[in-house]
Amino acid sequence: MNITSKRTDGELSLFLSGELDHHAARCAIPEISKIIDSELPLKLIFDFSDISFMDSSGIALVIGGYKKATAVGGEFSVINVPKQAYKVFLAAGICKIINITTRDSALSKI
Amino acid sequence: MNILNEVSITFPSKSTNEGYARAAVSAFAAQLDPTLEEIGDIKTAVSEGVTNCIVHAYPDSVGKIYIRLRIFEGNILEIVIRDKGLGIPDITAAKTPMFTTGGADRSGMGFTIMESFTDNLKVRSAPGKGTTVTMRKRISMRSGGKVL
Repeated sequence: MNITSKRTDGELSLFLSGELDHHAARCAIPEISKIIDSELPLKLIFDFSDISFMDSSGIALVIGGYKKATAVGGEFSVINVPKQAYKVFLAAGICKIINITTRDSALSKI
Repeated sequence: MNILNEVSITFPSKSTNEGYARAAVSAFAAQLDPTLEEIGDIKTAVSEGVTNCIVHAYPDSVGKIYIRLRIFEGNILEIVIRDKGLGIPDITAAKTPMFTTGGADRSGMGFTIMESFTDNLKVRSAPGKGTTVTMRKRISMRSGGKVL
């Protein structure tokens, strides 16, 4: 899985691409931690546009981002989540706690 | 129920094989003409099961993961994921959402996801005796674009 970042004022966007499974999360979780710790954004966004697959390892990664962002009083959201990944977030019940939206905005109203 | 087809694969518990396992099961399931969503469900369930073997069954070593796939009459796919690793001391606890023995980088949602994405989940395990997870999923029968 690949991670690129974009910083605009107090807002940090992380673009994740590829398959987000345990194998990918092993490296991604510490790498993302490092980026957030050095940037300390007011607003942290994970963009899932190019995530082709995600299992529950992605849930741990997202919860980690949420904890880091809110620990310093910042905002956190996950955007452009594809159908398969969104189904995993829904099954985990995490959409009630964390701001997670899909590519297709009609789905996020369910 | 009649077994119409069966395939077995064995591979080492390296995390780099998680993607292989998903692809292998998808390839076998393709003969049932599943929808994209059904393939997604199957891949996710397999990913969770295989990850459990890698993270929990063989935490400090590399062991073997055995997957047996069967197709039964009625478009039913059965996935058995077996290991000869540590085994689960308390299966009820292990199946509880958010329960994990894997530390902060695990969500504890593996079994919950497997249960949500398949029709039927059975877990057999004992400390020192390994673990066998059996999942079944009925794939919708489609004919001429109509879902039956």
